[in-house]
Amino acid sequence: MAKLAFTKSKAFYDQYFRNPNPDKKSTHYCPGCGHGNVHKFIAEALEDFEVVDRSIIISPVGCSVFAYYYFDTGNIQAAHGRAAAVATGIKRTHPHSIVISYQGDGDLAAIGTAELIHAANRGENITIIFINNAIYGMTGGQMAPTTLIGQRTTTTPRGRDVHNEGFPIRVCEMLNSLEAPVYLERVSLHDTKHRAKARMAVRKAIKNQIDGKGFSLVEVLSPCPSGWKMDPVDSIKWIEQEMTKVFPLGVFRDKSKEVESFHFEKPQLPADQITDALGLSQLKVQHFEQSKPEEKYRNPGIKAAGFGGQGILLLGVALAQAGMLEGYQVSWIPSYGPEMRGGTANCHVHISEQPIGSPLVAFPDVLIAMNRPSLERFQNDVKEGGLIIYDSSLIDIEPSRQDVEIMPIPATRMADELGNTRIANMVVLGAYIGYTNALNKETVLATLDTIISRKRLIDINRQAIEKGYEFGYEMKQKASGK
Amino acid sequence: MAKELLKGNYAVVKGAILAGCRNYFGYPITPASEIAEAAAYYMPLVGGTFIQAESEVAAINMLYGAVSGGIRSMTASSSPGISLKQEGISYAAGAELPIVVVDIVRGGPGLGNIAPEQSDYNQIVKGGGHGNYKNIVLAPNSAQEMCDLTMLAFDLAFKYRNPAFILSDGFIGQMMEPVEFPEPRTDFPREDWALYGDAESKKNLISSIYLDPDELEEHNRKLQRKYQEIEENEVRYEEYHLDDAKFVLMGYGIVSRMLRSAVDTLRKEGLKVGMLRPLTLFPFPKKQIKELADRGAAFFVSEMSNGQMVDDVRLATELKVPVYFYGRMGGNVPTTEALIEQIKIYYQKS
Ligand SMILES: Cc1ncc(C[n+]2csc(CCOP(=O)(O)OP(=O)(O)O)c2C)c(N)n1
Ligand code: SF4
Repeated sequence: MAKLAFTKSKAFYDQYFRNPNPDKKSTHYCPGCGHGNVHKFIAEALEDFEVVDRSIIISPVGCSVFAYYYFDTGNIQAAHGRAAAVATGIKRTHPHSIVISYQGDGDLAAIGTAELIHAANRGENITIIFINNAIYGMTGGQMAPTTLIGQRTTTTPRGRDVHNEGFPIRVCEMLNSLEAPVYLERVSLHDTKHRAKARMAVRKAIKNQIDGKGFSLVEVLSPCPSGWKMDPVDSIKWIEQEMTKVFPLGVFRDKSKEVESFHFEKPQLPADQITDALGLSQLKVQHFEQSKPEEKYRNPGIKAAGFGGQGILLLGVALAQAGMLEGYQVSWIPSYGPEMRGGTANCHVHISEQPIGSPLVAFPDVLIAMNRPSLERFQNDVKEGGLIIYDSSLIDIEPSRQDVEIMPIPATRMADELGNTRIANMVVLGAYIGYTNALNKETVLATLDTIISRKRLIDINRQAIEKGYEFGYEMKQKASGK
Repeated sequence: MAKELLKGNYAVVKGAILAGCRNYFGYPITPASEIAEAAAYYMPLVGGTFIQAESEVAAINMLYGAVSGGIRSMTASSSPGISLKQEGISYAAGAELPIVVVDIVRGGPGLGNIAPEQSDYNQIVKGGGHGNYKNIVLAPNSAQEMCDLTMLAFDLAFKYRNPAFILSDGFIGQMMEPVEFPEPRTDFPREDWALYGDAESKKNLISSIYLDPDELEEHNRKLQRKYQEIEENEVRYEEYHLDDAKFVLMGYGIVSRMLRSAVDTLRKEGLKVGMLRPLTLFPFPKKQIKELADRGAAFFVSEMSNGQMVDDVRLATELKVPVYFYGRMGGNVPTTEALIEQIKIYYQKS
């Protein structure tokens, strides 16, 4: 171990103080290993482009897990395979930083394939340096996704067999099918000329990022004498003779001249703009008079139920919203658990003078039933002395309960008369408050601005509430013999 | 300040942004998708970033990268997605990164269903990922607390450089209640451990690797000291009618709402019941439980699970008093009425 010393670039530490090895000048890589060369290319480029201080290098899991021993830049050590995702996170956080994800073939092309492909496909403005040594170096020479057919590793002791292990993955070719990548090149370290090319490729991949061009990846065919159980000289030969056959060298993609520069901005907004953006400054502190219903209509637990599409949930939201405006405690919850079955839409609303415990309404004071299954299913849960309101234009039976108040209302027919079947929910809502005075009509009408997103529909909803209200009010007068 | 009626899931996002969160990374999953949707809508409006990641694994690692940059950032998911994130959470714990994660728990195991459960207690409070670490875990029980505790999660995460969780469920996420929002926080100090892409911060290393056994042990001891400090300073809970209670109801999140109603009803009938509701699941209100147990109070724990928090309650009582359990699973919610029935049975026994 630890033979190769770098000619020092300013992007390297003078002394590798993080290396526990007493020798603070040498790297932890084996003799003849390609990692050191590539580190050097990166360091030189960062120095030449004067971006050392703003660079952040992601060390992977693999032999280069300790890349951070060497680079005098910001450093993040990532989980196995996740470097491209980590790079995405820091780059998006500090877009001015120069982020380099340095990864081996196991890290990048096996466990981290998804992160790689999607970072590439998003066109993240990062640089990935991919060391393809056709083996898992760090863990002792197991098969990599890039291991050649027939190549012996500790987990392909008889050689990689296509029937059992498939074929070597060609990363550049694979990424080249995507739209977003800007620069993809495969280079090799097997002789001086190719090393010079590799050096230029690394530079370009970094320069692209500085210029805001987008995703660049350089794949480096790199020797791993220890993993391959060869001496450094044979390793170089093996790259030239075997690896380059399977992994042809060259530029697969270069759009760096065509694409426009793009840099994300992360403006820091002042407080008032944040509240605006969240829609909080529009919230008005409104004071609505609290309704004064009869004792039996106070603090109602309401269950509203019907078909999906009848606006049941919105009816509930209007009740809760109006309750809130009148200063009550309120809660709203859509159907839960077993109630979710059967294609009905239900919601539970509490309007209360006291803090609300359970938001569920298992035993309602008020049941609003907009279809027959809802009436049949829930009428027996209504509390004694409670109230059942049901849409008599859709429900052809009558509630069987004798111990509750009952208000049939032809809500759908009334809605049709107003010109829109879908506002039957608001007719019923109006009828409920007309009958009980649980909330003031003005308050309920005031909720429409908030709960109806299509402004042109507000008026017809208002009419529906008014009409329902009249109906409910009259029913109550009749019921109390006035 | 004015109130807004909104769902717990939305309150999380607004609270997060008010607390200074500017990055959201997530993968859709019911019943947490609304958090992603709200973040997708609001983040760009406040100069923040939203990325729909390719998986929960990617999302948690984007978060790892983003928080390395010292900026408040979050992810949210639901149970199966949280299982996938566990590796990344362990890395964040090891690297002492203040990530904030929201778990809107659904029914399990496996694909289970999308209905609310509380069956992630063990995987969040007890670890779930590898190694000797703990998350700070906050358990809201209302839309207001979805906002408030999310904000607190960021503060605690950064105070202790530790992952912080919101452990909630589909029920609270879906529930609409009035929420009062505080003023946005805007100025945050530079974190001396973080990477800002500049000369001053480049000395920093974000890493969880300690090759030397002694060093790793020392790192772990430091983490344990931190957890102890959190236990000493950050326990939060709500007491309800505990003064003279001889029977203590315990539950967190949505169940505590039913328990509160149960206390009201049972008190009217003359039963001496009260409720202790943990807002922090780690740190857990052990001391408070022990004091009640020393006083001879029996305990009744209800969870939407097979009984996970109840183990911690039993430990805290040092097994001196009976601890009864009533749980529902699969998305069934214990109703107040069912709880009252159960409580009465055990109340008689104790
Ligand atoms: C989740 C996980 N699985 C497995 C490992 C073990 N592991 C460490 S490095 C490595 C392979 C590294 O190979 P490669 O990426 O090709 O890099 P090299 O060592 O060859 O440079 C593996 C499998 C790990 N650290 N984490
Ligand atoms: S095992 Fe291979 S990749 Fe790892 S340091 Fe040695 S030669 Fe380099």
